[in-house]
Amino acid sequence: MRNTIFFLVSLAVALVIYFGLRAFGIDYLFVAGYVIVQYVVLATAWNILGGYTGYVNFGSAAFFAVGAYSSVTLITIATHIEDWFSESVAAALNTVFPLPIPVLVVIAGIVGGLIGYGMGYLTLRLRGAFFAIATLALAVVLATLVVNWEFVGGSSGAYVIAPAEMIFFKSYKEYLFALMLLMAVGSLVVARAIERSKLGYGFAAIRDDELAAEASGVPTLNLKLVATTLSGAMMAMAGAPFPYFIGFIQPSSAFGLEYAVNSIAMPMIGGTLSWMGPLVGAVLLGTLQQLANVTISSAVNLLIVGLLLIVFVIIAPNGIVGLVQDRLRARRTK
Amino acid sequence: MDFPVELFINAVIAGLLLGGFYAAVTSGISISFGMLDIVNIAHPAFIIVGSYIAYIFNISLGMDPIIVSVVMAPAFYVLGMMVYQIYYLSFEKRGQESLRGLAFFFGVLFVTEVVLILVYGVDYRYVEAVYIGPTLKFGFIDLPLRMLVPCISALVLFAALHLFITRTFTGRAVMAVSQDQGALQLMAADPVRIKRIAFGLSIATAAVAGALLIVIQPIEPSVGREFIGRVFAICVLGGLGSLPGTLIASILLGVVESITATFYGPSWAPAVAFGFLLLTLAFRPSGLLGR
Amino acid sequence: MSALLEVKGLAKRFGGFTALENIDLNVQQSERVGLIGPNGSGKSTLVNCICGTLHNDAGTVTFDGHSVNGLEAHERTHRGLARSFQLPRPFASLSLAENLKIPMFYTVHKRSGTPLHADNVDARCLELLKLVGLERKAHHRPKDLTQVEMRKLELARAMAAEPRLLIADESMAGLSHSEVEEILALLKRLNESGITIILIEHIMSAVMSFSQRLVVLVTGRKIADGKPETVVRDPEVVRAYLGQ
Repeated sequence: MRNTIFFLVSLAVALVIYFGLRAFGIDYLFVAGYVIVQYVVLATAWNILGGYTGYVNFGSAAFFAVGAYSSVTLITIATHIEDWFSESVAAALNTVFPLPIPVLVVIAGIVGGLIGYGMGYLTLRLRGAFFAIATLALAVVLATLVVNWEFVGGSSGAYVIAPAEMIFFKSYKEYLFALMLLMAVGSLVVARAIERSKLGYGFAAIRDDELAAEASGVPTLNLKLVATTLSGAMMAMAGAPFPYFIGFIQPSSAFGLEYAVNSIAMPMIGGTLSWMGPLVGAVLLGTLQQLANVTISSAVNLLIVGLLLIVFVIIAPNGIVGLVQDRLRARRTK
Repeated sequence: MDFPVELFINAVIAGLLLGGFYAAVTSGISISFGMLDIVNIAHPAFIIVGSYIAYIFNISLGMDPIIVSVVMAPAFYVLGMMVYQIYYLSFEKRGQESLRGLAFFFGVLFVTEVVLILVYGVDYRYVEAVYIGPTLKFGFIDLPLRMLVPCISALVLFAALHLFITRTFTGRAVMAVSQDQGALQLMAADPVRIKRIAFGLSIATAAVAGALLIVIQPIEPSVGREFIGRVFAICVLGGLGSLPGTLIASILLGVVESITATFYGPSWAPAVAFGFLLLTLAFRPSGLLGR
Repeated sequence: MSALLEVKGLAKRFGGFTALENIDLNVQQSERVGLIGPNGSGKSTLVNCICGTLHNDAGTVTFDGHSVNGLEAHERTHRGLARSFQLPRPFASLSLAENLKIPMFYTVHKRSGTPLHADNVDARCLELLKLVGLERKAHHRPKDLTQVEMRKLELARAMAAEPRLLIADESMAGLSHSEVEEILALLKRLNESGITIILIEHIMSAVMSFSQRLVVLVTGRKIADGKPETVVRDPEVVRAYLGQ
């Protein structure tokens, strides 16, 4: 019941944001907005595993790229249908291909979820640090595979041309923004629902003390697999529309370091204990970066994010949300 | 097609030389991750800093990169002790090393790389020394000095570390810290102090490893990240904290990588180390020599 | 009548070191058993093997007529085996009441098949906290607790799983005399309500007054098992404790 209300409220907020931006009539706002909202999804997805269960995933960029390249694969398949199949089969396939983006998002989610599950299954029986190291490894293995896979463009990249015509939306960027905004609402609803559920309590028990969690009857391995699968699926979903958004996709852009860094830094700076933290972190850092990109180089930009991450993990372990909560609590008891 | 025996043997020898170098690169991680249980994923960043320092002194003063690194090692030792102190006070003491400690090292890795990019750009940098260029030839076997000198230096460093760990009181205390902190207190040694020394030592090895790296290949700031998978793969495969195991695993990885690069192309080489790591974690988490 | 817990020929090695060797132990329904032994004698390893935190190398553990060999710790908890830890391991980011919710959600619900109503869960948490005298701190975090309160929380959390057998691992170490009495009284009350208890303890007076039967482990072997008064006079036990 409460979840439904939360869903409706966030949907209303999303609509206000969307129509607010539309009122300006500047396409660039949708481009900048898309990037920020995409980070909301990534940060929330990272936090479901990292913040709730305490397992660090350094491979966010890999999961993001899995989503992006699962779309590239399907889009490229669509362009080959005439060469590969007889006329009648091709005609039948062409009624569904090229697949609409929401379908690409769902497929990316399935692929990302499977990879998340596989990663978890291989490493989660071991000490926590091994999982983190394995996620670093995953990013390099997948990047190497993509670089050597000519079908999706290899190291030189591939052009992805967005359909020109749109219904309702004035531009393709606007459509992609609206889609990503909807995904952000979805991920926040999922994160918040988990927090207040039996699953959320199980995650918290794992984060605090895994042995004690087992002794209390928590099936820790299963729960961790749920978290890695869900988190991986959501990250890949965030990457699915990326080829259409950027138009020309290269391994270096899809596996970009900024995704790995931001999806850790944003929840850490915002606060990892609730759904609000990643949201606050993503909106704050994402907006700052969009503003700074205009004025300073992207390297300086990332340097600031890195420094903020270090400062926050040392000084404010519970992030901005934690700081505010402490403040409020102190005032209440005064 | 005949199997290219000569090419194969040369690939194996190049791999052996590379493996010796990997042993130096991994020795630091073997101490910090293997013995102290500190997941210092920023270790490769310190190595790259070592490379750039060797580069600066080599270009401006014409000094030998390996000698520079030996002179710089004490400074790295102090830097390492400082980093450990921050890590200890902020994370270990509060019991938050698993999440925030990891994020901290990730931040250090990342910031170092970005700073190097801002200062030196993404151009490849290299050093000059008499042993870069000439190659010893024995029949069809090539021994490039560019690989041989780092390999020998690495083995010297490795042997020195091994002697230190097994023969000195402090070294044995480091071993003890990895097994039982209580026992260490019985030895009247402060575990935090021992860990600080050991961590300083692990960073000091990065100075040398960095200089060896820039002798072997030109470097740019992001090269460090490629080494994360390698060093952890070797460290885990070698059985966490076992220096002899680390040496064997280094050489194994060096040979496999070199063969892959020779026969399938260098673009596949990075995946070898990481693939190795994933397979090790999945099937042999206690390492090659583990039970 | 067959025993509630039956350990047969249990062995556990760590590398070349044999921690437990050929342990046999039967515990009857509603019994109070004390388990003692010098440091490093393998008591905690035995608890870990019974509860599934560690897996034994040889032998069998049978609980309520079914073998639990190969079952994970949480599955054994579901069957009615609960433990407290030697060093308290609370869930630090959760309040005391929430600490108790974890076993309720994951063990009690699982066993009954039907989720309890949220109000019932809250009521049950308070009831358990009252039982150990912590109800006023229900919404505090574990970091606000004293040592003795921490141990009470540990017991309350084990109780929240509604176990048939409770293994209390050194739940009184470092406590004052009156605090020990308090915990003992609590354990006796639990036993009267039908819960079988194995108490692992260093404080001899506590074990003697609590146990109906005493088991002694020395260097991974069971050297005595019987009435407490008889066992403490056993020459081998005396030698193990005082002889060195």
